[in-house]
Amino acid sequence: MQKIVIIGNGVAGITAARHIRKLSDDEIVVISGETDHFFSRTALMYIYMGHMKYENTKPYEDWFWEKNRIDLKRAWVKSIDFDEKQIQFEGSESMKYDRLILATGSQSNKFGWPGQDLKGVQGLYSYQDLELMEENTEGVSQAVILGGGLIGVEMAEMLHSRNIPVTYLIREKHFWGNMLPEEEATLIDNHLAKNHIDLRQETELEEIIDDGSGRVKAIKTKDGQVIDCQFVGLTVGVHPNIDLVKESKVETDRGILVDENLQTNIPDVYAIGDCAQLRNPPAHRRPIEAVWYAGRMMGETVARTVTGNQTKYQPGIWFNSAKFFDIEYQNYGTVLPVCPEDSAPFYWESGDKEKCIKIIYKKDNRQVVGVNLFGIRNRHEVWDKWLREQKPLEYIISNLPEANFDPEFFTHWEGEIQEKFNAEFPEQKVSVRKKGFLEKLFA
Amino acid sequence: MKAIRLTGLILFLFSLGLFLGSFFMSSYTLSESTFTQIVKAEHQEILAPEISKMYGVTYSISIPFVNDINTAVEKVNTKARAEQRWDQVIYDDYAGALTRASSTGFVPENKLLVFFLIYIVGAIGSMMFILPQIKLLGPAGIKNNNIFHNALNNRGWMGILTGILLIGFYILLYFFPAYITNWIIIVDPLQKVLNPSASSSQWFLYGFLYTFAVIVMGVRMIIKYRHSKYQIFRTFSVMFFQLAFAFLIPEILVRLNQPYFDFKNMWPLDYDFFDAWHINTLTKAGGLGIFMFVWGISLFAVGVPVFVYIFGKRWYCSWVCGCGGLAETAGDPFRQLSDKSTEAWQIERFIIHGVLVFAIIMTGLVLYNFYGGDFYISFNKWLITGILAITGAGLYFYHRKKFPSMGSRKVRNVVIGIVGFFGLGVLFSEVSVFAKYMPVDGSNFSFSSGNIRTVYGFMIGSIFSGVVGTGFYPLMGNRVWCRFGCPLAAYLGLVQRFKSRFRITTNGGQCISCGNCSTYCEMGIDVRSYAQKGQNIIRSSCVGCGVCSSVCPRGVLNLENRDEDGRFNQPILIGNDSISVS
Repeated sequence: MQKIVIIGNGVAGITAARHIRKLSDDEIVVISGETDHFFSRTALMYIYMGHMKYENTKPYEDWFWEKNRIDLKRAWVKSIDFDEKQIQFEGSESMKYDRLILATGSQSNKFGWPGQDLKGVQGLYSYQDLELMEENTEGVSQAVILGGGLIGVEMAEMLHSRNIPVTYLIREKHFWGNMLPEEEATLIDNHLAKNHIDLRQETELEEIIDDGSGRVKAIKTKDGQVIDCQFVGLTVGVHPNIDLVKESKVETDRGILVDENLQTNIPDVYAIGDCAQLRNPPAHRRPIEAVWYAGRMMGETVARTVTGNQTKYQPGIWFNSAKFFDIEYQNYGTVLPVCPEDSAPFYWESGDKEKCIKIIYKKDNRQVVGVNLFGIRNRHEVWDKWLREQKPLEYIISNLPEANFDPEFFTHWEGEIQEKFNAEFPEQKVSVRKKGFLEKLFA
Repeated sequence: MKAIRLTGLILFLFSLGLFLGSFFMSSYTLSESTFTQIVKAEHQEILAPEISKMYGVTYSISIPFVNDINTAVEKVNTKARAEQRWDQVIYDDYAGALTRASSTGFVPENKLLVFFLIYIVGAIGSMMFILPQIKLLGPAGIKNNNIFHNALNNRGWMGILTGILLIGFYILLYFFPAYITNWIIIVDPLQKVLNPSASSSQWFLYGFLYTFAVIVMGVRMIIKYRHSKYQIFRTFSVMFFQLAFAFLIPEILVRLNQPYFDFKNMWPLDYDFFDAWHINTLTKAGGLGIFMFVWGISLFAVGVPVFVYIFGKRWYCSWVCGCGGLAETAGDPFRQLSDKSTEAWQIERFIIHGVLVFAIIMTGLVLYNFYGGDFYISFNKWLITGILAITGAGLYFYHRKKFPSMGSRKVRNVVIGIVGFFGLGVLFSEVSVFAKYMPVDGSNFSFSSGNIRTVYGFMIGSIFSGVVGTGFYPLMGNRVWCRFGCPLAAYLGLVQRFKSRFRITTNGGQCISCGNCSTYCEMGIDVRSYAQKGQNIIRSSCVGCGVCSSVCPRGVLNLENRDEDGRFNQPILIGNDSISVS
């Protein structure tokens, strides 16, 4: 029986622990300085907004760990001696391991702006950040958020729930412009405006201004505007949290470098989740993928390897999801912000500009490579199959109702989408979905 | 907008205050003529000496007045029993009728005005509070902001106060209806509109308040979930069934000299369906009565299996049922308070199926009795309490052994609750309030078909479904009764679990374990535990309210009726080719 130690109790580390337990009788220790128990990081915003309590964000009840003999250790790790296979905690404690899994997650980016360490200026990643935000936003009457990404819009929604006006600065032309094509990004821009978020596109930060007591009182943009605020959210992305191993024998680049078995350059030491950087990422995947799903899948995979069944990390078709205020987003396959030369987009948007679908297909054989869906739910299983089987655009448009995952009685948009397709491609006409009796009745 | 809401809130609070205050807004003076008018001739002579000292005495609130009448009756009865004059024991409940006839003052003299100020102004106030939310909440969507920061929604002082008021109301309604004579009088004008020859009873008051709450809070529910047509249709459906089927149609039937009948209620929730008086009423009421009897039986014998197979138990529990209707409208602000622990689930299965078995046995005995059989069994009360205590302790230790790492606090509480109930029955068997409902006779618990029915009606019908079921909304969530107690839900659930096309589908690997689904599941199902494994959710308790699907930020959950094949799918998440078996 070996002793497997996992540093980090986020989704990657905990998934690894659970799967190791399923596969073996090994001793398992999960170390975290952040919280006693695993919680869903993606739900942090809902605690602040009062949708849930911290307790509700824990996917497993507290007795689960003891029952499954997963030892939880609440401590910060100071250093690791890879030759002795020993972990040194802050304080005098230490711990031996046989195999070590690093799942240390990310850290918020800061780009050296003047005033970035003032009181009231912060990112949002950890539970501690959430507590800090609770403290920092007390009595605040104006907030500024910097950085058009997922955490930024979450923060905007959080502040909005407390009626704190938000000015939202983004460097790009549109929200999440480095990930979303212009049409979808514009749709979100409009939705943010509808929710009274003051979005300032193509605006960059010059400095954060001190009120004299070490607290933020305003920010200044590169074009000279001064915006009064008592809170600044820095959400300009994250980077792998590798402080612990940066100066050690472990090879790192931006993240901890791992091979296809998620193993580092040191035997019996692995890295998974946000902190890991794949040396040879599979086609269409990035070397660092700081998303929930990748963390979970790496955890599932590494559990096999450390329990003696060498398994390559092979993520399948890329998928992702998010929610921007009231608009849900789903993505299957590859949709780049700028459509590649060999491909073309098919785009449909609803009349109220709250729903849209973007399908990217290859110009030569019309094979579909990815889809973005806003405000419409689609079946993961169906899209996974279609993309794997390299279905052509007209096949997918024609079978779109099969992928529908919206709740019963919701308006079906497939008919409109098919009509638009037929108008654009008269020579490839598909049959248009007919409305059912009830649909007509309640239309 | 905010000013309108504030005004609405003030109007509503005024109405609520007036409702509570109207309890005190009458005085009560018994006169000899009232006495002779209401009390049966054969009781007048024996009761008069005890009650005559009340003549002309004015009471400023109902409680001592009612108590004095009851004391007088009790005195007469004790004496009659002691002298074994059994035929002279008074079983009529005179307190209600005498109190009503003796009340004078503001409320009886201004029924219509008070009705207007409480219910019409209350409704207007509520609408002024609710309707501006269309604008204030912003664009349609899930707006659960600050629910856990709110003293009403998160067991704060407002929640506890609301719970106390509700529990108090139910105790008065079920056990001391004569105390709330004023409240009953106020709804009399409405009763007269529906049926001029009837006068309002405690049950008319209850039916009206219930419908009022379902409609007003139904409007709130529709506004809150107006982005979801599923929620809108479903809420309209429960509002309609409550208003038409539960409230208006039975009143109209009575007006037409037909039996009172709620066409959407069914056994075993409707536990007196097979009571002798009910069977007799229906079968002797001509063609319509016979139809009602056959309808009532077909509904649970054919309707349940067929519709649950096609749609799941939701067709009843969250589209039709009155208890469900109240839970889904007035109860919606409290859905997040249900307990999601595995332990609560274990207790739920134990209790709800226990109630189903109890209901079946009780009905069996009642029918056995109806067809001339006579059932009687008597246990030493100490023995039965002892057996229950030992069984309970056994279950407790079994639980500790089987789930050592799980706390056994709740199992312990349930055992203490049940044993305590019987223990109290033993200890207080001399106290009249309890003795009426507990079949304690000397040193024995004696069970005949009749008093098993009484125990069921008291424990399940009144305490569980009313006092606990609704009174505990702000403390334990809005489906306490449906989840732990309803025998019909247990029956529907068994069909749903084993033979149905219904399931909640998990969308591949998209779950992010955020916990919104579990938090807002009123039935306390840990939806996330299935969703994060990529597994469909098939649980006997799921009432199909669809809120998990509504609150999911990633579109992971969907209520579906599909082919039975693949309903119980393997817990496999799509997206990871390293481990999936394909």
